[in-house]
Amino acid sequence: MESLINKYSTKMISAGLAPAGAPLIALLDADVEWNRHDTLQKTLEQVMAGLHINSLIFSELAEPYKTIIDYLAVSSAPTIFPEDSETRTFFHDFPVCPTFSALELISALKHRKNVIVPKAGIVALGSVSPLQAYVSFSSVCFSCFVKFFTDYLWARRTGRIDKKMEDAFLKVINLLEPPHSPPTLATGPFASRNDILSAISEAGRATVQSRLVDSFFGNISYLACDILYISQTASSLDELEGNIDAVPLDGSSSVGITASSEYSAHRQIVNNTSYRAILHGHPKFSVILSLDCKINDCKFRGSCHTSCPQKREVCGISIVPGEIGKGLSKTVPAAIAHDPSVIVYGHGVFTAGVTDFNEPLQRLAAIENACRAEYFRRAGISSARQWPL
Amino acid sequence: METKPDIYGWCGRILKIDLNDGSHHTEQIDNALYRKFIGGRGLAGYFLRPFITLPWNDNAMPLLLFTGPLVNTISPTSGRMTIMSRSPLTGAVGDCSVGGSLGTEIKKAGWDGIIITGKSDFLCGLEIINDEIKIVEAKQYTGWGTAATHQAINKKGATAVIGPAAENDVLFSSVIVDGHYAAGRGGIGLSFAIKNIKYLTVRGDKNTFIFDGPALKKSRADVMRLVSASPALMGEQGIARFGTGALYDLIDARTMMPTDNFRKSIFDRASKMNAFAYQQRYHPHNTGCRGCPVLCKKETAADLILPEFETMSHFSALIDNDNLEAVTEANRICNDLGMDTISAAATLACYAEISSLKITPEMLFSLLHDIGHIRGVGAELAEGSYRYALRRGRPETSMTVKKLELPGYDPRGAYGMALSYAVSTRGGCHLRAYPISHEILRKPVATDRFTFDGKARIIKTAEDLNAAVDSLTACKFLFFAASLEEYAQVFSAITGLQSSAEDLFRAGERIYYQEKLMNAANGFSQVDDDLPKRFFNDDSRKDDRIVLKAINRNDFYQARANYYRIRGLNEGGLPTKEKAAELGLLWKV
Repeated sequence: MESLINKYSTKMISAGLAPAGAPLIALLDADVEWNRHDTLQKTLEQVMAGLHINSLIFSELAEPYKTIIDYLAVSSAPTIFPEDSETRTFFHDFPVCPTFSALELISALKHRKNVIVPKAGIVALGSVSPLQAYVSFSSVCFSCFVKFFTDYLWARRTGRIDKKMEDAFLKVINLLEPPHSPPTLATGPFASRNDILSAISEAGRATVQSRLVDSFFGNISYLACDILYISQTASSLDELEGNIDAVPLDGSSSVGITASSEYSAHRQIVNNTSYRAILHGHPKFSVILSLDCKINDCKFRGSCHTSCPQKREVCGISIVPGEIGKGLSKTVPAAIAHDPSVIVYGHGVFTAGVTDFNEPLQRLAAIENACRAEYFRRAGISSARQWPL
Repeated sequence: METKPDIYGWCGRILKIDLNDGSHHTEQIDNALYRKFIGGRGLAGYFLRPFITLPWNDNAMPLLLFTGPLVNTISPTSGRMTIMSRSPLTGAVGDCSVGGSLGTEIKKAGWDGIIITGKSDFLCGLEIINDEIKIVEAKQYTGWGTAATHQAINKKGATAVIGPAAENDVLFSSVIVDGHYAAGRGGIGLSFAIKNIKYLTVRGDKNTFIFDGPALKKSRADVMRLVSASPALMGEQGIARFGTGALYDLIDARTMMPTDNFRKSIFDRASKMNAFAYQQRYHPHNTGCRGCPVLCKKETAADLILPEFETMSHFSALIDNDNLEAVTEANRICNDLGMDTISAAATLACYAEISSLKITPEMLFSLLHDIGHIRGVGAELAEGSYRYALRRGRPETSMTVKKLELPGYDPRGAYGMALSYAVSTRGGCHLRAYPISHEILRKPVATDRFTFDGKARIIKTAEDLNAAVDSLTACKFLFFAASLEEYAQVFSAITGLQSSAEDLFRAGERIYYQEKLMNAANGFSQVDDDLPKRFFNDDSRKDDRIVLKAINRNDFYQARANYYRIRGLNEGGLPTKEKAAELGLLWKV
């Protein structure tokens, strides 16, 4: 249990979610174990005693999330409503708790998996593993990042930027990391099972290191000899060893029941095209720009993620609607039949390659960097100031 | 002007039928009782508890059929209900969550539950249409199979019928709802038979009052979004496509398929007995319970219901059978005779081990009929594997917990499952905590299946969850995707009681502890919270290679001790006065 706690503490720091030494993580079985001592332990143990959970994470936030979430916690309190589809599907909304008291935290956490405490940080829960708490924590960060930048663009377009928003925005863009350049990966085609698993694992790690996913999640697959090797559902892209399903395309085995929820999209892509390597990530600025629509009086407003009838694109890449699972499994393969990249509204990006993961990874990074540049163009920030400022 | 109803979600009343004199009356339910026990399994348990120390076949032992506040609404998978009594097979709490339309029709008839006591002088049918209750002669159906009986009466409404097995005192006899849906485990069919009830039909035309319709639609959409995103439920290889048989390949791939009476955990012919093979052979269509978006049952054009995972697994690997049609036929025979497929197959596996027999398809069919009609060795096997193995001086060959046969997951391959089998209030049951969710299906996230670390609390929490789910009612499968977080919103919208996930968990904890109190009253203790010795003594091997190691007994004991602490039991696994009081439960009733 100790190794599990330390693992997620390290992950939070390396993912840029929390400052070094900040994560406070508890795992509860018959007794509670903490990753370190802290004066807040007593309060948090009261919280744990009041809930049916087995793990809890509390941490202050690293920048730029700290500034973003503190701003949203004030401007959107008592509840922040996320707009990206993954977070909205799994978390619905994020409550804000004004003070760090056990009673108030319990009151919020009885209904939701996490709570934001302004100026303090985020408390997140798990019922079977600290991984849930970690994902929950990370999703708040990702979703609030997307919302902050989306809201700014909308406010700018409608002339509603106030001083607090402007100050927060200028502070945040100074705190952004520079774009990452993805590494070169093993070259394909791959034939042996071991080579395939190794290539998938390598590409997964590189995607995470290049900050092209949220919560380490996304999905990845490779086709060889009519078997689709695909990452399992709820697997971290940087830990794919042992978490890849080999699914026969003829459907003769249902072992893929644990495959990624996007299995259907992956299968249809490889069935209908010459692409064999598929990568799906959640790069932030691609998601942000997919949400940026200029049509204010659209009758589909509110259901854009499922029903947007417009032919939209950004940086030359198509944007399609489609919720996780069935909806997306129709729109993504159709788009990839024409172009090896597609952005799913409010969700993420799919890219495809013919022989190995170099093409998909480079495409994913290029789309994100292009969207980032385009975002700042739309935000009126000159290209010279995009990075570094 | 529209008048406001007195109550939302629930009907506010239950029906009590006394078969001794054929009388019936209505009992109003106090709102506080609904808050504490919700409905379904929780409320049925509340009404069972005062009688739980009676013998299962005592005249005063109640048979309880309860719906929940979500039933007869648009809440996803709300078409389920609980049937409960003291189990004839185990002597413990005996409840089954069952689908079909019976729960919905009971609710539409205006009842939250039905409690039946006494015994009819003749084999009878209970026919309920709203407030009209009739007890009619059913001797013309004596010895009839469940399919024919259902066919004969199904115009009267939703049906629940027993077959010859229950009439012949088979201890693992079942109740078949709407011709397809089995209330299978623990011998609940015998609880019907002992009261001389051959069948029950129910039809109603009442609506359930909803407190906040728009909020219900929104919370339903939240659940449905999660369902759509779930590969286990709606994925191309999930339960919607293959039924629960979708698990067959996965359990095989994890080398934890109970084989040859749990002596092995790999069945080398699994690939020809999987869900895909059934689809190729039968080309079934989907069917399922009312209000279900998943529709996990698979039915052929000839109205044949295909076996579910547990049945597929036990009638193939457990008894060393690789004839797919034989599995389908064994499933049909069991359902028609009204016998639990898991217990039937596991008892035959025990018989095959003791007798050193290879069961051929012909023998399989013959033995099942012999059990159902108490003929020859079937008369012994009808008592289940525990009693049979004991009588034959081979108790170690009965793969049971609390006399209930284990289902299709070798506990050496999933330690949370091992612990949950042992401490379950129902006996060897996979559904009380259903750790397959995280140990195998990776939901909500994956846990290490080969460790007890952390599992005590996880199992206790999941037991509380499923107690709440069985009381609302909803289907456990949906909780591969959704959680009580979403269902609390559904519950609040329907009932008007502002509730949270934690409130429902707390009610689930109370409901589970109530079952522990009932079992303790019947002498169940730590001794019974244990696994068959085979799992501690023997590795599972294939060609001299260990595929699953034997469970370390000390690790198991430690996990069980942790579970007792977390559950609020004493070191002997018994409830305490203090914990009962904390949960608002009476110490003695």
